Amino acid sequence: MNEIRSLSRDQRVALVGRPNCGKTALFNALTGSRQKVANYPGVTVERKEGALATPAGRQVKLLDLPGTYSLRARSPDEVVTRDAVLGRLAGETPPDLFVCVGDATNLRLCLRLVLEIKRTGQPMVFALNMFDIARHRGMSIDVARLEAELGVPVVTSVAVRRGGTAALLAKVDEALAAPHTPHAAEGWSEPDAAGVRRLQKEADRILRAAVQHPEAPDTVTARLDKVLLHPVAGLAILLAVLFLMFQAVFTWAAPVMELIKGGFDALGLWVGTLLPEGLLLSFIQNGLIAGVGSVLVFLPQILVLFLFILLLEDFGYMSRAAFLMDKIMGGAGLHGRAFIPLLSSFACAIPGIMSTRVIDSRRDRLATILVAPLMTCSARIPVYTLIIGAFIPDRSVGGVFSLQGLVMFGLYTAGIASALGVSFLLKKFVFQGAPPEPFMLELPDYKRPDARNVLMGLYQRGLIFLKRAGTTILAMMCVIWVLASVPRPPEGATQPAIEYSLAAKIGHAMEPIIAPIGFNWQIGVALIPGMAAREVAVASLGTVYAIENAEEEPAELGSALAGKWSIATALALLAWYVFAPQCASTLVVVRRETGSLGWMWFLFGYMLALAYAAAFVTYQGAVLLGLG
Amino acid sequence: MSISTDWLLPPGAAAMTIKRSAPADLGAAPLGFRGRIRAVNPIAGSLPPEELERRLVELGFVEGAMVELLHQGLFGADPIAVRVDGVTIALRRREAAAVLVEAAD
Repeated sequence: MNEIRSLSRDQRVALVGRPNCGKTALFNALTGSRQKVANYPGVTVERKEGALATPAGRQVKLLDLPGTYSLRARSPDEVVTRDAVLGRLAGETPPDLFVCVGDATNLRLCLRLVLEIKRTGQPMVFALNMFDIARHRGMSIDVARLEAELGVPVVTSVAVRRGGTAALLAKVDEALAAPHTPHAAEGWSEPDAAGVRRLQKEADRILRAAVQHPEAPDTVTARLDKVLLHPVAGLAILLAVLFLMFQAVFTWAAPVMELIKGGFDALGLWVGTLLPEGLLLSFIQNGLIAGVGSVLVFLPQILVLFLFILLLEDFGYMSRAAFLMDKIMGGAGLHGRAFIPLLSSFACAIPGIMSTRVIDSRRDRLATILVAPLMTCSARIPVYTLIIGAFIPDRSVGGVFSLQGLVMFGLYTAGIASALGVSFLLKKFVFQGAPPEPFMLELPDYKRPDARNVLMGLYQRGLIFLKRAGTTILAMMCVIWVLASVPRPPEGATQPAIEYSLAAKIGHAMEPIIAPIGFNWQIGVALIPGMAAREVAVASLGTVYAIENAEEEPAELGSALAGKWSIATALALLAWYVFAPQCASTLVVVRRETGSLGWMWFLFGYMLALAYAAAFVTYQGAVLLGLG
Repeated sequence: MSISTDWLLPPGAAAMTIKRSAPADLGAAPLGFRGRIRAVNPIAGSLPPEELERRLVELGFVEGAMVELLHQGLFGADPIAVRVDGVTIALRRREAAAVLVEAAD
């Protein structure tokens, strides 16, 4: 029975291996663009599956399991891998075959994982990836001996070269041809220290028996590290890389952003010529096109930022950045590994929060998640540029810096400083007494980034962002449009239509609370849709003031605001936006990643309190200085 | 923060200290130290001792492996990057103290 079933259905193969072993490159090479990215049920661990056909004509579903150092599963990603290897992952059929991927240039720690997986009794093949580089470096690997010592089939592969996976596919065919029944591994238990040590010593013995290291080892990584990990020069280079990255995010992305914005504006106008004036047109123009457009405009910035992150990751620099920053971040109670998630949060807190999974310790991970939304994400940029452009005079300071640029820099600094401050306070008061989680990670050898890998990663990040824009944000825009349009103004209404809407009622109801921080009811109205995403507030202000000023000449939003608000109000709104927890998607992701509604509300509460306090101090201070 | 002040010594002075008395553990080793692992001890600290030991072993710190201290951070000479039998591992001195070493000749 089982055999018949296993012939008639797609075969399942799972890739398992350490991080940085070229597993993803191999997955991309094997499946090409036939990939599906989703989440495992119940957890936000990324599930990547692809399809391929073997030379013998088998249809294979290939699963790319999250990278792991061992089966002892210390992070949510590693738990998925362990459970999949043990064949007990909820909602997954146990795979027919495991392909354990190892970096041929760096086998020492791979071999222990191979031995660990072999002990579970699951059918497996060991793929020696990057075999070309190993040979180029003068390593000699006795594959037959390795196979004999390990007791599992061993095959070499070169993911980044055409035809480099032929031998692996042939081996997969061979292994799948043997009669087998996918099953869960029985009786596995976590090894103790002695057990781990035995496995590592066995791996070392096999390594000595089967692998000859060259007389003159490769020195590129060592020479690069002399500079890149230099205590002073290394930090300076890291800062320079970050500086270059932010320059690129703002300058490279600008022309494309203009194009997207222009495209959506044109689309809105075009729809205006097709449909008669009325509710439907308003919904499509203001609700759908303007709403989605205001979010899609950030796609170029997110792609540029991720291009840098993916390149640096593929090159092997990211773990070095964590090494260089560990002590500095440790002073604020953060883990060195928190550096990468916080960096991603400059684009958007959501990928940032999701990448905190590389942090083993729950406490350190939680601290990072709780401060990530304080980093200045790209959604704040439109709010900042609108207000700075309208209220901060365009003049130079000391003949070198522009005052507007300095204010922008100040807002970024305020974000970083508050993130460090909050994490320091968390360590001091919330997580007090917990000893710091150790910082231990491998610094892999540098390698040339693989174009296909980087492009594939970029494509997937972009897709995730687009999906978000197409679902959450689209839905919120519909709600907002309804609030701002219903009920319709009565016959012979003298005031702007929005004055009669639910949105205005809400805005007026908020006035007593927001008056002390200098906000008028229009800002209050804009803050509500701004809950969906910060940048939506700009679009909402545009709508509110456009409808209010319908009688007058249509003016650019910036100059319209300059006439309506005091500088104190503008500065208070800037201060508000440094802290305000105005992003429903972030809150949803925080709930999912912390697995707790409590931490989500904690985040919301502390950020709201900080935002109110900052806006209050800024407004009252500015009024005292005569800027009211 | 309590940081051993030995690491603020100029590199030359630290090296001289080492020649006289070799460090007992990797956490106290100076930049450029080369040696062999004598033992990996479970010590109390940020993790349960047994867990720290397992993690160190998983990163390749096993008895007999050759180690070389390649890099150290700017502040308090921490963390350190150690070459362990061909693999480079970054860790803090606090945890490295669990790795007992003897200097290579």
